[in-house]
Amino acid sequence: MTTVGCSIIGSGNIGSDLMYKLQGSSTLDLKAVVGIDPTSEGLARARSLGLRTSHDGISWLLERHADLGVQIVFDATSAKVHARHAPLLEQAGLTAIDLTPAARGPAVVPTVNLGVHVDASNVNLITCGGQATIPIVAAVSRVCPVPYAEIVSTVASVSAGPGTRSNIDEFTRATASGLESLAGAACGKAIILLNPADPPILMRNTVYCGLPDDADLDLIRRSIEEMVQDVAAYVPGYRLRAAPIFDEGPYVTPSGPVSTRVTALLEVEGAGDYLPTYAGNLDIMTACAVRVGELVAQSRLTTEVSA
Amino acid sequence: MSARFTLVDSTLRDGSHAVSHQFTEAHVRDVVRALDAAGVPVIEVSHGDGLGGASFNYGFAAVDERTLLEVAAEALDQAELAVLLIPGIGVAEDLHDVRDIGATVARIATQCTEADIAEQHIGVAKDLGMTAVGFLMMAHMLEPQELLEQAKRMESYGADAVYVTDSAGALTIDGVRARVGTLAAGLSCGVGVHAHNNLQLAVANSLAALEEGADWIDACARGLGAGAGNTPMEVLVATCDKLNIVTGVDTFKIMEVAEEIVAPIMERPQIVDRAGLLLGYAGVYSSFLLHAERAAERFRVDLAELLIELGNRKLVGGQEDMIVDVAAGLATASAAAQHTG
Repeated sequence: MTTVGCSIIGSGNIGSDLMYKLQGSSTLDLKAVVGIDPTSEGLARARSLGLRTSHDGISWLLERHADLGVQIVFDATSAKVHARHAPLLEQAGLTAIDLTPAARGPAVVPTVNLGVHVDASNVNLITCGGQATIPIVAAVSRVCPVPYAEIVSTVASVSAGPGTRSNIDEFTRATASGLESLAGAACGKAIILLNPADPPILMRNTVYCGLPDDADLDLIRRSIEEMVQDVAAYVPGYRLRAAPIFDEGPYVTPSGPVSTRVTALLEVEGAGDYLPTYAGNLDIMTACAVRVGELVAQSRLTTEVSA
Repeated sequence: MSARFTLVDSTLRDGSHAVSHQFTEAHVRDVVRALDAAGVPVIEVSHGDGLGGASFNYGFAAVDERTLLEVAAEALDQAELAVLLIPGIGVAEDLHDVRDIGATVARIATQCTEADIAEQHIGVAKDLGMTAVGFLMMAHMLEPQELLEQAKRMESYGADAVYVTDSAGALTIDGVRARVGTLAAGLSCGVGVHAHNNLQLAVANSLAALEEGADWIDACARGLGAGAGNTPMEVLVATCDKLNIVTGVDTFKIMEVAEEIVAPIMERPQIVDRAGLLLGYAGVYSSFLLHAERAAERFRVDLAELLIELGNRKLVGGQEDMIVDVAAGLATASAAAQHTG
């Protein structure tokens, strides 16, 4: 066997974009897309690609995942719904890759801790802002300690759906927590803003890191630039707007006074597989999901060969 | 006879922008005591960008806002204590702490097109027994009917009042009239106005708002606030006095607050110079001013050009990080032009 079977639950915009991305995967074999709405355009699109579909939700999948050969399930529903799905998927021995903010299992950011949770039964992708900024803070923290990191994610209003809008606080908390636990900042803060400009803006992320006095600024700059290349390998539209900017404070941060900070101005242009290119915030999630899924699949295939 | 509207002072919140968030405990104590003694019914204290605003992006504060709120609560006698919260910057949880400190009015502000991100926060404020006021920021960006749609959402979440918030000081008198009038006709809850003086229209706009039925008006002593400043409280009160409009605030006492207590704190007077004027003219969020001045100097670009470009980009409140982006971009473009020229 050279591929691992997978399925998507959630036939909305994110599920659809993910579906198109998976068509190009050499390790993941998408077998079915599952939703709850019989009139769903997403399910119709899936059928037009020759995929099995069902509007009976997760129960359809749980009944026949073995027959389909599904081992990995991407959940693109909502935090509340995934909270219900998570134990069911675990009981069925399926690996869940959670694109919602439910955060039932460990968080994964591909360039930071991709391999660590490869055997976990449930992994989540934090938030779009987290995926975009945690790598940058990690790039700094691998060079020097980061007493305080702060990120500002700005997305086009049209690409922020009801889920995001009713969970703004959770977004900031989950992202800030990721800056601390994954990116290595002693203290993190996350801000999210919605901008209604027409034509819609591309997703923007600004990363600020407070730096220790003796930090090697040149090394930091290069580390950030290398990390941007690493992320761009799976999110092609991810880029710096300008070289990292260094400023002298002093700044009275929550972690104490800091004399220098670095600012990275980033832009995420979506690949446009299904979602419009301004929806880089959603694209980075689907791109990360595929990256994580492929690693889990590769690990399974390697295990089989050596077993 | 009591006032038919509520005056809210934002010297220690919007004014925080003007002092780069460097208010001390002594400043807060003195200003709150004096405003309270002058009869101001609601006094707002928070970082300029609301609870949790202290940050690299907006500027760290000299003193933690919780401490300032404690000082304010202690210094108050008759006035109510208000806070500002911008979802996306602060979290609903912040309201619990400040309510315990003594805040009773929660002002929840969103970009005027995004009222639905405030549902959680308005709900929490009401659950905590606070008066919840919705702020629709950059109100010049929406036509009156569209603004009303957003206001209705805030009302449905439980807001006791919704404000036409002229964050860029870009609204003309008719612009305020139309928006306040439309909201007053379409809402059952109260309607407020928060004016900035970038076009030198803050007092006039506030008076027009009262004529259209506004029942909440924001002002700041000496207009201390972002950009060219807010409606100067003492000017508004004195003018209302002359118009026989009851404000509940003592005219001479508020003049004294402005002259003797607040003016000495100010780093510079709130005048409509070219930069301040451009904020209103180009529709730029007022708190961008000091950040833009610093960026213009740092990247050696023209401040006026920078402000105009910020307006062109249709940036919203909170996007201070984009100021550096635009300034850096202008600097690069200018350098490129010099090489090819």
